[in-house]
Amino acid sequence: MRARFLLSEITIGLRRNMTMTVAMVITTAVSLGFLGTAILFNQQVGVMKTYWYDKVEVSVFLCGQDSSQPSCAAGEVTQAQRDEIRSDLDALPQVEKIYYESKNQAYKRFKEQFKNSAIVDNVSPDQMPESYRVKLVNPEQFPIIASAFAGRPGIDEVQDQRALLERLFEVLKWVQWFAFCLALLMVVVSTILIVNTIRVSAFSRRRETGIMRLVGASSFSIQLPFLLEGAISGFVGALLASGSFVLIKGVLVDRVLAPNFPISQFITWGDVWLSGGVVFLVGITLAAVASFFALLKYLRV
Amino acid sequence: MIRLQNVTKLYPTQSRPALSDVSVEIDKGEFVFLVGQSGSGKSTFLRLILKEERATSGQVHVAGKDLARLSSWKVPALRRQVGTVFQDFRLLNNKTVQENVAFALEVIGRPRHQIAKVVPEVLDLVGLKGKENRKPDELSGGEQQRVAIARAFVNRPMILIADEPTGNLDPTTSVGIMRLLDRINRTGTTVVMATHDDDIVDQMRKRVIELDGGKVVRDQSRGVYGYSH
Repeated sequence: MRARFLLSEITIGLRRNMTMTVAMVITTAVSLGFLGTAILFNQQVGVMKTYWYDKVEVSVFLCGQDSSQPSCAAGEVTQAQRDEIRSDLDALPQVEKIYYESKNQAYKRFKEQFKNSAIVDNVSPDQMPESYRVKLVNPEQFPIIASAFAGRPGIDEVQDQRALLERLFEVLKWVQWFAFCLALLMVVVSTILIVNTIRVSAFSRRRETGIMRLVGASSFSIQLPFLLEGAISGFVGALLASGSFVLIKGVLVDRVLAPNFPISQFITWGDVWLSGGVVFLVGITLAAVASFFALLKYLRV
Repeated sequence: MIRLQNVTKLYPTQSRPALSDVSVEIDKGEFVFLVGQSGSGKSTFLRLILKEERATSGQVHVAGKDLARLSSWKVPALRRQVGTVFQDFRLLNNKTVQENVAFALEVIGRPRHQIAKVVPEVLDLVGLKGKENRKPDELSGGEQQRVAIARAFVNRPMILIADEPTGNLDPTTSVGIMRLLDRINRTGTTVVMATHDDDIVDQMRKRVIELDGGKVVRDQSRGVYGYSH
């Protein structure tokens, strides 16, 4: 079949069901948009995880004058204990780096964090705990440190900053799942809509297709216009969805989020292209599968 | 050209076969009337030739091909050799006369210059010169059937199947259509026409195959419609 003739048949088909076509394209765009946004969100969570987990440390607080732990019963940590803890930490292969934070440094940091609060005036450097800040090769190996050091004389508490983050990521995980399920549901909905649109299109053109069969047009040339109608809607839908990802990255992330939240990193353009690619792939597969089933069912040749 | 050997066709939902042990041979260039009451099996006979249906048993040969062994992707090639005309014309109302005829060639991928050449020729043959740009609903029934015949014949098929082509037309118009089919037959095209129209059959004096209850009850060269109707 010649290209120009094919093109005119497709245009006729799409125009005859204008409302259905528009609905099909929009639903496809929205569902693919959901899917891509879910992917971007997933990537964003991944970026935050790497960024923050990279920063987290295990804090080994040493006994101060006010410590109430049994391991601090002997009073403030002694220089001997301090050195021993230091060298034991150094000996562990899981440990990457150790910083010592003195009472004065802790006080300075505290003042920095709460500089607008009156609380600073009530605290003296003496009340601040001194600590070792331990950076692990793999942050998940915290339990090894905890079991080795918690409760040891001279040590007040071993604290894992990761535990705080994990609660946040646990919540984010549920949000991610929810987003993906919603996206999946939308994809199913738009598949059904494409099947239905092609069905209507096949029905409204049953006279043409009947004549085509009769005069010996091949199955391929009879079905191709319908397949292409589906493919075009999948393609346009994916295009619109990808456009929304570019907006998300270019405006929402780069202009709004990134300047206001310097505490984290954000998705890159690479992530945008990735989700765009996935969305195109899914969009075209979705259209192909839907068209295939529609033709199998409603356009037997 | 068309050979049915002991053909039986049983539709799944029916207990009585639509065709039962039918053996018929139609040669190249013949003009054959297929007569019989509604439900006698005429339509099934025609549908078998077009491979719209498969015979339950027996063999159907069309244009030298055993249809039972013809793979489905070769069916379009078969249908290009068999033109078809119906009682209800089956034209596309949004296309002009010329476009309706050209459509048959476009969908099988014929080149533009060839279409531009043969479409006016065949419209001239069927007597529609000057009405190329009319839409079907601006034409009389007889003229619409001429468009349908032009469309069926434009690809120069070896066989022309006509299922009650005059069923919707008045007697005078019908005569014109029959003259046209006769003319097409004289070009060497085999014509098989199912009909209820006794006047036409009696006038034309061609071969008549009568079906009754799925069986061939009469096969007569230069026959008439029948004795009882």
